[in-house]
Amino acid sequence: MEPTAQRRASRKSVAFTDEKLVVDADGNVTIMASPDDDTKGTAVSHTPRTPPLSAALGAFTDASQAPVESTTDGAGDLDLSLMKKKKKKVKVAEDGEGADEAAAPADGEEAIDLSMKKKKKKKVVKEDDEFAKKLEALKLEGKEGEEAPAAEGKEQEGDLEKGTGIWAHDESKTINYEPLLGRFFALLAQKNPDHASSGTRSYKIPPPQCLREGNKKTIFANIAEICKRMKRTDEHVTAYLFAELGTSGSVDGARRLVIKGRFQQKQIENVLRTYIIEYVTCKTCRSPNTELSKGENRLYFITCNSCGSRRSVQAIKTGFSAQVGKRRKMQG
Amino acid sequence: MSIENLKTYDPFAEADDDSGQTKQTQEYIHIRIQQRNGRKTLTTVQGIPSKFDHKKILKVVKKDFACNGTIISDTESKGMGEVIQLQGDQRLKIKEFLTNKDEGLGLDEKTIKVHGF
Repeated sequence: MEPTAQRRASRKSVAFTDEKLVVDADGNVTIMASPDDDTKGTAVSHTPRTPPLSAALGAFTDASQAPVESTTDGAGDLDLSLMKKKKKKVKVAEDGEGADEAAAPADGEEAIDLSMKKKKKKKVVKEDDEFAKKLEALKLEGKEGEEAPAAEGKEQEGDLEKGTGIWAHDESKTINYEPLLGRFFALLAQKNPDHASSGTRSYKIPPPQCLREGNKKTIFANIAEICKRMKRTDEHVTAYLFAELGTSGSVDGARRLVIKGRFQQKQIENVLRTYIIEYVTCKTCRSPNTELSKGENRLYFITCNSCGSRRSVQAIKTGFSAQVGKRRKMQG
Repeated sequence: MSIENLKTYDPFAEADDDSGQTKQTQEYIHIRIQQRNGRKTLTTVQGIPSKFDHKKILKVVKKDFACNGTIISDTESKGMGEVIQLQGDQRLKIKEFLTNKDEGLGLDEKTIKVHGF
């Protein structure tokens, strides 16, 4: 008994750091809910402080009310990164999620979720950069810590949704910390889908369609559609694209954009991604529901329709562009 | 026990950090890429602080990246200061060089903006 208790205690400490990080990663869910919550020792002790969660827990005590798994492929708005994270956590309790992962990439093909990819988040969102790094480091720790519970978890099996095994209503066995933590996040994600989808993470726009015109020009076919979705003018997006790609172009008869130079869809996607981060999402609440307007003094402002915040954005600057191609005409 | 994310940031404090950052935004280093003919590209680095010797930087960088390059000065790049122009896509390498503390310039990564696809 003694060694087990000890081991559990030690694992708990690891798990706690883990838990702390997840709170970070979820857009400071806990901080926002209880800013003065300085004393939380374990996940259990602070769970009741998040009201929606306690509601969720209340709902869950009735095991017959088998909750619908929120990470099914149908829920297209769900964020992939969260899904993965959750999957890691819940691994002990749930095994039948393999299909989800297979379905997820297919989902991503239909409409690129611009912020879904971690790569981008690390690269572009500057504030989140340190976060992401910490997260990465802690994740590694978390993985090491998970080895132990995986072995232990064999005796703690059961389906969270169906309420079997350890999750059965009348089950009196104490549930280990890891599965409980898994359940916590499963429920959190499920009862508060807006937490998971808050911000840019689930913001989707149709993928840009790139055609080649001749050898040297690229046609960006659905720019009008994308601009409509982002609620930005074509001109603004075009100007940004040209500034970033260091090129020029024109609009053809069908309102398609003709860009000089060869560009692949992926490259356009990357630029659009940075555009969205810079000019579409609200930095305060990360909602993409914003409007770009010209303020009093020739500055552009972004007004958020969800939280009402207003911030100024930099005008699009082309910067230096070198002379490419034909030689410059001689002066005079 | 201290919670990491609670101690660092006070949303109601005076935005000193912010103003510091906006100061820096004026001094961004822009790394851009431009397409040339075929698969060829140019990398331009704009806004390296004038306390560094651009000529020396170029010399080192050219050797390191095994590419040619040139400095484009005021007359051609109007109002952009001196711009280092390198052949090929050297964006990642030059960023690494600018931030490297031992062999590079040791600049803050936040002051560097990489443009392009």
